[in-house]
Amino acid sequence: MSDDTILSVQGISKTFGGLKALMDVSFDIRRGEVYGIIGPNGSGKTTLINCITGFIKPGGGKVIFKGKDITRWAPHKIAHIGISRTFQIMRPYYSLPAYKNLIIPLWSPRAKTVGGWRGGGRHGDRDTVAVDILEEIGFERDSRVPYKLASTLPTGYQKRLELARCMAMRPEIIFCDEVFSGLSMSEIAGMLPLIEKMKEEGITLIMVEHRLRELFRVADRVMALNFGEKIAEGLSSVVIENKKVKEAYLGKEEV
Amino acid sequence: MMRKERIDRGVRVRTAGLYAIASWQEILYLVGPPLFLIVGAIILPILLEFAPYWKRVINIVCVYAIIALSFDFLANFVGLVCLGGAFFVGIGGYLSAIFNVYLHFPVYLSIPLATISGAVISTVLLMPALPLRGVYFAIVTLMYPLLATRVIEALNIMGGTNGIIGLDSLPNAYVEHYMVIIVMLIFLYGMRRFVNQDMGLVIRGVKDNDQAVRASGISVTKMKAFAVFVSSFMGCFAGAYIAHMYSWAGISLFALDFSIIPIASVVIGGGGTLLGAVLGSFILVPISELLRNFGTFRIVIYCVILTGFIVFKSEGIMVYAMRKYHQFERWVKV
Ligand SMILES: Nc1ncnc2c1ncn2[C@@H]1O[C@H](COP(=O)(O)OP(=O)(O)OP(=O)(O)O)[C@@H](O)[C@H]1O
Ligand SMILES: [Mg+2]
Repeated sequence: MSDDTILSVQGISKTFGGLKALMDVSFDIRRGEVYGIIGPNGSGKTTLINCITGFIKPGGGKVIFKGKDITRWAPHKIAHIGISRTFQIMRPYYSLPAYKNLIIPLWSPRAKTVGGWRGGGRHGDRDTVAVDILEEIGFERDSRVPYKLASTLPTGYQKRLELARCMAMRPEIIFCDEVFSGLSMSEIAGMLPLIEKMKEEGITLIMVEHRLRELFRVADRVMALNFGEKIAEGLSSVVIENKKVKEAYLGKEEV
Repeated sequence: MMRKERIDRGVRVRTAGLYAIASWQEILYLVGPPLFLIVGAIILPILLEFAPYWKRVINIVCVYAIIALSFDFLANFVGLVCLGGAFFVGIGGYLSAIFNVYLHFPVYLSIPLATISGAVISTVLLMPALPLRGVYFAIVTLMYPLLATRVIEALNIMGGTNGIIGLDSLPNAYVEHYMVIIVMLIFLYGMRRFVNQDMGLVIRGVKDNDQAVRASGISVTKMKAFAVFVSSFMGCFAGAYIAHMYSWAGISLFALDFSIIPIASVVIGGGGTLLGAVLGSFILVPISELLRNFGTFRIVIYCVILTGFIVFKSEGIMVYAMRKYHQFERWVKV
């Protein structure tokens, strides 16, 4: 564990009934990097995010964030100290307009206290901040899109809304669970600068992806999971040449 | 040339919340319904001078409307289906009796004190049930009033099966009417405001997607506890008021009626509108009063009405009426 390690995952395991979803997975994330997690369907990527962000309790292992043991903390506490996440199965607050979706994270104790993001403040303020964030994330401010009901947004915007919900928290780390899937090539191309921008702002990104080509364009390092085990880690060009990784993906995805 | 246009069109286009009003028609369109309700509720006791029997019914209607509001808020804005409205009523009623009869507090203190302390107690007692989802929460809340009844009977506390008698009644009939009418209106419009405020949105978020609320660093349990506090606050007021109206707090305050009729009112009036809860009570409670002569047969009539509503107009009167209302048209010059 080096000095610039922001998050250290040590030997996380999880079993569902008899199924070993994660087996002794360890890795360190450096501050400010984009870290990719790849692996075939059912290899345990989402489960890993859930274990780290507190949505399920790991069977064993430790999660250390900035030197603090946060294993088994409640999810809202983990979010409060600056670890944010998107959900693979997107579910915005359907009954609210897009920008009102951001009122919830902006209302959170973190947004109020961490400040910097003009988070607190009166009712009117929060609405404007919400639209500001949406604009930064690619909603055209003067269009009607930010004011549309979240349920009526196209997938691309819903994905952006997921990211916006994270950004509103002013997080240090964001776990992105397949934010590219379901998007067209051009939509992904539109998202890549966004990822770069978040990186420039100093946010550490951990991206679970099936779209390897696009992931490798932004990721500094990549880890591969297969059947709950870490099988490779390193620079993307190295990982993709790894024999085990090729075997895991063989016949599944063209790389 | 003239063409038809929906009245709400012009109003909606302008910024939400802050309406720039252009014509008297639009003003009427916006403030008409609440004005009608408020003025109507306030002159009702005077109108009913001519029908003394029905005057008492107003109070009961408002009491049920308040309990229905408390149910509608929890069920349709927080996602907690609470079948134990009677629990709040009972707690509020008994506490008010304790404050008034045992501790000799005057009525204008015992009702507010019972409301606040009742809400605190109800919230604490429901805490263990908060993580439960859907039907499990419903079952637990259904059991609570039954449990309370049995405890009071078995331990023979607080008057046992006789209840606590001799609560002060309110000074006169008009105070009795207007207290409950005004509180009902405050709860109604207060809640309608609250659910659109930022904190209200967070609470609604819990219903939409509690995982995302957690991921936003907000404790879902805390939000639910707060919502239960608000809801039981209304229920406990209703209970404290009834206890003083009847000068009596007994185990019938925990009766199933207080849990079920408000729910039926919300179904008929339209869930998730809050106004529907009040409207439903204004329809259902007088009907139930009319059916009193039929004895237990009224349950049958009740069930028929309710089933009919769920099958044919499941959205409820209010949702239907609001849709129609927003479709009102006017003529405009082209
Ligand atoms: N709550 C659960 N209960 C039981 N089994 C589960 C649960 N969640 C995940 N699993 C199982 O654990 C394994 C890993 O699932 P996970 O969702 O983490 O995979 P994944 O790598 O995210 O897959 P995908 O690429 O399809 O999203 C799968 O076999 C899955 O069926
Ligand atoms: Mg997954």
